[in-house]
Amino acid sequence: MTLLELMPFIVLIPLIASGIVALLPGRILPWLVTLIAALASAVIAALVLPVAISEPPLSYPFGNWPPPFGIEYRVDAANAFVALLVSGMAAITLLWAPKRVASEIHGRLGTFYALFLLAVAGLLGITLTGDAFNVFVFLEISSLATYTLIAYGKDRRALLAAFRYLIMGTVGATFLLIGIAFLYMVTGTLNMADLAERLPELRDNNAVRAALAFIIVGMGLKLALLPLHLWLPNAYAYAPNFVTAFLAGTATKVALYVMLRFIFTVFAPDYSFVVLPLSTVLMVLAVAGMFAGSWVAMFQIHLKRMLAYSSIAQVGYMVLGVSLATATGLTAAFLHLFNHALIKTALFMAVGCVMYRTGSAKLDDLRGLGRQMPWTLTAFALAGLSIIGVPTTAGFISKWYLVLASIETGAWWLVVLILITSLMAVYYIWRVIEAAWFSDRPAGAAVVREAPLALLVPTWLVVALNFYFGIDTRLTVGASMAAADALLGSGVGLP
Amino acid sequence: MIDNGILRVIARFLIPFILLVGLYIQFHGEYSPGGGFQAGVVFAAGWILYVLIYGLERGLRVISLRAMYLLSAVGVLLYAFTGLAGVLLGGKYLDFTPFSSNPHTAQQIGIITVEFGVGLTVATVAMLLFTMFARRRGEWLEALEEEQEGGE
Repeated sequence: MTLLELMPFIVLIPLIASGIVALLPGRILPWLVTLIAALASAVIAALVLPVAISEPPLSYPFGNWPPPFGIEYRVDAANAFVALLVSGMAAITLLWAPKRVASEIHGRLGTFYALFLLAVAGLLGITLTGDAFNVFVFLEISSLATYTLIAYGKDRRALLAAFRYLIMGTVGATFLLIGIAFLYMVTGTLNMADLAERLPELRDNNAVRAALAFIIVGMGLKLALLPLHLWLPNAYAYAPNFVTAFLAGTATKVALYVMLRFIFTVFAPDYSFVVLPLSTVLMVLAVAGMFAGSWVAMFQIHLKRMLAYSSIAQVGYMVLGVSLATATGLTAAFLHLFNHALIKTALFMAVGCVMYRTGSAKLDDLRGLGRQMPWTLTAFALAGLSIIGVPTTAGFISKWYLVLASIETGAWWLVVLILITSLMAVYYIWRVIEAAWFSDRPAGAAVVREAPLALLVPTWLVVALNFYFGIDTRLTVGASMAAADALLGSGVGLP
Repeated sequence: MIDNGILRVIARFLIPFILLVGLYIQFHGEYSPGGGFQAGVVFAAGWILYVLIYGLERGLRVISLRAMYLLSAVGVLLYAFTGLAGVLLGGKYLDFTPFSSNPHTAQQIGIITVEFGVGLTVATVAMLLFTMFARRRGEWLEALEEEQEGGE
């Protein structure tokens, strides 16, 4: 079997496994099969990435129907990178899952893990497919599975959060569908590469303009770009910890990827950035998101909500990189897409460990916990350094490239804004450290033990990855540059 | 609603036809508009009408909750493994040409199997959804009754 023949199995393994897992009895077996499926998919993604970087795009026709007619998976550096991130994060969070899920979800776990695999398969499908309508189908698969996973949360508010996400997510997906329908109406094709060839002739067509606007708004909703972010905080806060840790690292990232794929590959940047004031709009929204997200995060008393608002700010950084519309800016966006997944997953895992012992994620209940759960809170603090962007952490690398990209375009003021929002991140991370290490345990509070090793080891693994990718940037920077090149197309000039 | 003679008679007359139309859409799907999804929904609608008239308990005697659950996963797997068979026989995923020497027959075998999987899953999931809501209504009615008894 060649690598090309193996490639679609990144998506197919979780998809097929979900059907099997749904039938498995008990609590351990479903998890085990899920883990094996996620690992297998991550291994294939890791094998595909170097080939996708060095060689022309891999194209796999489903059912042997040649593309533009049939559905094609088309993998270049950009989607291979995102696919590796999604499948890798799924595998790592699954290592952390069994202990955490044990106390949060009762009864048989077959359905739960089957839904998780469907969400993973959906996200991977969105990433790998080269067919615009297929993107929508996989988006719905992953979204529907995600709504249900969020509703598994113990808190009753999880149901409301899931419902709100369902409404907002469906609006977003509908916008995407309307955009794709407009494109299909004027071009008669759904294949992305084919669309990219036919759209330049239709530059002045209003339906094409509307399609671009609809797709950007729809994906902006899924991405939680500032004014469209309202579903995110509650969904992250009340979902089961395992689900939050996985979603925080993947769902919004894949939405960003889709947005980039449409802006750069399907419409081509010399159209997207000219016909709409996209650069300005994205930059304003990104900066607003960076400030609003960080500002609200500074006053949250619920740790998971605080991290969720911080995610909105971090999405701002990624979109800021895109709005610069340069190769470096796009590289920074991809870098932050990858690094932020590592950072946020580590932070949510640490919070999950705290909740495992104390059952609460309130800042007040964290007081004095540093001495009782030193390993967990040290992990939180180290991942916190990464989100602030301290050198030798992954967060520093992506912010560094973002600053470079800003300077390159002469936007010095952006550097100042990035620094200010980083200081805001210092503040909200510091509040946690202060509560955990510098306050006394309230009288009468229960004595808690350190989190079990089954939770600590995977958490520290992700923290270690944060530092690894902060020092050895060959993989991340190399792949991000290749991804940016793949999207810009070699030698295509930008306005 | 079993007490209403009109409903009972009409339902008894209609249900077999609804199921038959479901099966027709299923197995004629590769020629005419239709296919697994529509067929599954129509088929499930027949069962749901039966439940509306005769009650959930009798409906679940026709097909149990476990069976629905099992069949919904089996449908997905039928689809997935038919696709996989294409790969194992040396083609692409969901490639049906290796199934038979006659390309026309090969496509038919593939599409009918795949669509049967779709139909199975859609029908059982529609039934499952309905059952979930119907059960909640039962719980709700019980709670209401208790409340009234408590109030008196």
